[in-house]
Amino acid sequence: MIKKRKTKGAGTAVANPLDQFIIKTILPINVGNVDASFTNSSLLMVIAVAVVTLFLTRSMRERKLVPGRWQSVAELTYQFVGNMVRTNAGSGGKPYFPFIFSLFMFILMGNMLGMIPYSFTFTSHIIVTLAMALMVFIGTTVVAFAKHGVKFFSFFLPHGTPWYIAPVLVPIEILSYFTRPVSLSLRLFANLTAGHTLLKVFTGFVFAMGLAGVIPLAASVALTGLEFLLAFLQAYVFAVLSCIYLHDALHMH
Amino acid sequence: MPQFDPAVWSPQLVWLAITFVALYLLMSRVALPRIGDILEERETRIARNLEKAETLKAKVDEAVATYEQRMADARARAQETLRQARDAAADEAARRHAELGAELSRRIGEGEARIAEAQAEAAAGVRDIAVDVAAGAAQRLLGGRIDRKGVTAATEAVLAETG
Repeated sequence: MIKKRKTKGAGTAVANPLDQFIIKTILPINVGNVDASFTNSSLLMVIAVAVVTLFLTRSMRERKLVPGRWQSVAELTYQFVGNMVRTNAGSGGKPYFPFIFSLFMFILMGNMLGMIPYSFTFTSHIIVTLAMALMVFIGTTVVAFAKHGVKFFSFFLPHGTPWYIAPVLVPIEILSYFTRPVSLSLRLFANLTAGHTLLKVFTGFVFAMGLAGVIPLAASVALTGLEFLLAFLQAYVFAVLSCIYLHDALHMH
Repeated sequence: MPQFDPAVWSPQLVWLAITFVALYLLMSRVALPRIGDILEERETRIARNLEKAETLKAKVDEAVATYEQRMADARARAQETLRQARDAAADEAARRHAELGAELSRRIGEGEARIAEAQAEAAAGVRDIAVDVAAGAAQRLLGGRIDRKGVTAATEAVLAETG
């Protein structure tokens, strides 16, 4: 069933560094006109959900008052995201905690599972990151309108602004508001894509350079460490920025 | 780049929606409430135990204060008892001392009286003997009847003279 796209360089040691981002259909599904095929990306998404759910439910199975190792990690994760929501979204952010938590874990798992060789990084696809960013953007905008009504428009004119600056400031504020989903999605997509491409490029050099290949090998080892850091950091940044947007929606500036 | 091929967008969007909604439901309905519950339970348990420890500490402080108070009372009472005993003993000693002194001085008085009596008796004896001796001597020398009264007077006069 696996439909592999033949690429140049396949079979040789040096593969195209962008091949890792190719979507491979595992099970073609069509719902009406919509292509809903189960792909390698879908597989990793399902695995991410399964891993997060299993980790959190299995580790909390014993519900010990004095936690063991696994339970400690689960509780730490909970408190880590809980503190993030509390400090960045402020009061009233609690109902959105499960959403932020799911978002953070989903991206973190996507990034981390992507570090496994021959797997796939679904967070390196702009359509995925853009969809998540738009979900946050539209969600926070809806929350803002539900909470403040038309007063939400005053968000674009910060308090104490002199009237003569308003014609300049309001367009800037509106522009900055609408670039939020773009920057949010591009940051994650670009970081993951660039990091993984760089990793592939360096490892490609290892075989191409013969004995001197130890140099790119060392570099790729270091880069792998950096990628793990990035995998966590980008998930964190995405979640924190979502919290901050939520804060703006709940409290306006 | 494969990312910009619009043909792969729709399956990814569909599966993103399915998996993310599934994750959100699993997290918000199952996983997170469990962790939240246990954290909350631990928090209340700790707070309750701290509270209990505080009340127990207050009780201990109270007990220590009571103990010290009782200790001080007992010490004061012991001092008092000791002082009373000492005073009583001192009184008793003084009383006995006085009694003994009185007894002794009584006996001394008695002794002295007996001595004086004996002395007087002896002195009287000596005078009688002297009178007898004087009367005997006078009879031997003078013969005949000797006036006893006169001898006695003379002897007494001589005794008084010699002391």
